[in-house]
Amino acid sequence: MAIDVDTVRKVASLAQIWEPEARLRALAAELSGILGWIEQLNEVDTEGVEPMTSAVAVAMPMRDDVVTDGGDATGILANAPVSRNGFFVVPKVVE
Amino acid sequence: MSALTALTLRAAVDGLRARDFTAEEITRAHIEAIEKARSLNAFVLETPEWALAMARASDERLARGEGGPLEGAPLGIKDLFCTRGVRSTAGSRILGDFTPTYESTVTANLWRDGAVMLGKLNMDEFAMGSSNETSAYGPVINPWRSTASNRPLSPGGSSGGSAAAVAADLVLAATATDTGGSIRQPASLTGSVGVKPTYGRCSRWGIVAFASSLDQAGPLAKTVDDAALLLKSMSGHDPKDSTSLPVETPDFPALVGKSVKGLRIGIPKEYRVAGMPAEIETLWSLGIDWLREAGCKVSEVSLPHTKYALPAYYIIAPAEASSNLARYDGMRYGARVEADTLADVYQLTRSAGFGDEVKRRVLIGTYVLSAGYYDAYYLKALKVRRRIADDFDRAFETVDALLTPTAPSAAFGLGENSADPIAMYLNDIFTVTVNLAGLPAISVPGGLDSQGLPLGLQLIGRALDEGALFSLAGALEKAAGFTLKPERWW
Repeated sequence: MAIDVDTVRKVASLAQIWEPEARLRALAAELSGILGWIEQLNEVDTEGVEPMTSAVAVAMPMRDDVVTDGGDATGILANAPVSRNGFFVVPKVVE
Repeated sequence: MSALTALTLRAAVDGLRARDFTAEEITRAHIEAIEKARSLNAFVLETPEWALAMARASDERLARGEGGPLEGAPLGIKDLFCTRGVRSTAGSRILGDFTPTYESTVTANLWRDGAVMLGKLNMDEFAMGSSNETSAYGPVINPWRSTASNRPLSPGGSSGGSAAAVAADLVLAATATDTGGSIRQPASLTGSVGVKPTYGRCSRWGIVAFASSLDQAGPLAKTVDDAALLLKSMSGHDPKDSTSLPVETPDFPALVGKSVKGLRIGIPKEYRVAGMPAEIETLWSLGIDWLREAGCKVSEVSLPHTKYALPAYYIIAPAEASSNLARYDGMRYGARVEADTLADVYQLTRSAGFGDEVKRRVLIGTYVLSAGYYDAYYLKALKVRRRIADDFDRAFETVDALLTPTAPSAAFGLGENSADPIAMYLNDIFTVTVNLAGLPAISVPGGLDSQGLPLGLQLIGRALDEGALFSLAGALEKAAGFTLKPERWW
C-alpha cells in the first residue's frame, strides 16, 4: 500500500520524531517501497494459524513477590540530562 | 608480541595457565594491535587502562593457581552490552555518554570467568543494519580486501566491529548479538566463526533492546572451538530475563571434534535462490561433500515459507523496535534537545538522536501497530512466523541439522547497498528464518571466492541443540582447512 506524505507526518508524530517537511516526501517513497515488498505476505494462507508471540514456548516464570532491587537514586540519576535534589528535571508538563 | 595476538582463544588460555606469558603481556600486545588498527574503526571506545588493571588481577589469580576458564584472555565487547562504568552507546547518538551503573549478565559472566575487556566495539545503530554503515561512529572497514581492488569493503553488520576485530587479531574473540543475522553475516564476510544460540540460551539482561523476541547474544571467534569456549561462559539461566531458559549449559567445547557419523543433514531447496553467485553454490556443494565424507547422511528438505521470512521480519522487528525505542525521550538518560514544550523536547531529541535507518524502522513499526493496520500487518506477520517455525519443526522430524550458505554474497563495498533499504535487507535472507523460529545456528568459514574474499557456510539446529552444531561445524572447519587471515594493510 502506498503511503502518502500526510500519513508519514501522522506516523512520525505518533512516534514522537520530528521530520522536516523536505524529508517527508522521500520517507513516503521509502516506506511505500518497503511496505509494498511486505505485501507478498498476503500470498500465505494463514487461516486458522495461531499468531506466534514468543520464540520459545515456555510458561512465564513466577518469582517470589519480594523486593530484590532499588534504593539507588544516585545510580538511577547518574545519566540524567538534568537532575536536582534527587529528582529528574523535566520540561514543564502542565501550564 | 605479534605472536600473542595470532593465538586462538584456546591457545591463549592454555598458555596463560601454563604461565608461558602473562595476562598483562598478551593484553599489551592486543592494545598495541588496536592502536595500529584505528583505520579499521572497529572500536568506538578503547579501554586500555581498564584492560591492564583486569589483566594484572588475572595474573595475581593465575599466580595463585586460581582463575576461571577465560582467565586473562583479552576480549572485545559489542557496544550493545551495558558495561558498568564504561560508556555504552549502541552505536547511537541518542544515548550520548550513557555510562551504565550496572553490568549486563553476559559480560558479568565473562568477567566472572576471568576475561579482560579491551574496549567497546562498533556496530550498526541499535543493531539495525547489515553493513555497519548506520553507526553514529562511522562504518567499520573489513580487514579483508579484494585481490582486484583496494576499495574499502564492509565487514557486514550489525556486529561489524566484533567481526573486524576478530579477523584482524585485535581481540582473541568478541561478544556480538544477532536479531536477523547480525552475528552470522559478519562472520561470513570476515572469515570468522559466529554463533547465534537458541533464543533464551544467553540472558538479554543489560543488552540494549532492539527486537526483544528475536535478539540473542552470541560469540564471534577465530575457530569453532573458541566460539564454543566463549559461548559456554556467556550462557546460563538468569532470573532477571524472563525469557532466559532454565537449562544447564552443556560443555560445548567437548562436543567440537566429536564424530558426526550418522547425523542426518537437510539441504533446504528453497535456499537455492535466483541470482545466487555460482561460487556460493559451489561452496555449498563442497560443504555437502565434506559432511558426507565425515559420515553424515544428506538429503533435500523443504522449508516452503522461507521467502516470506524477511518480509515478516520487517514487520515484527520494527514493531518491537518502535516499542523498545520509545524509552529514548531525553528525560532519564542520554542526550536531550531543549525546547519550549515537552512535545518539542521529545520530537527534537529523537529527531537529532536517531539516524535515518533507525527512524525508518521506528516509523514502519509505528505504522504496522497503528489502529487499522495491526491485523493486516502485525498479526499477519505473527501468523507467518508460526508457519516458518512449523516448517523447521517438520524438517527436524527427518534430519538433525540443516546446511545452507550464510550470506548471499561476499563482502561488498561501502555504499554499495546503502541507497536501497530492501537491497540491504536481502543480506539476511538465509539467516533471518532462524531468529523467527528461535533456533540456534553457526557460520563457519568455508573458503575464498575468486576475489580472495571469505565465504561462510551456515548450520541450523534444533532448539537447544548447539551441541550437534558444534560437532558438525568442527567437521566442516577441519575439512575446509580455512586458516587464512587478511593480509595486513592497516
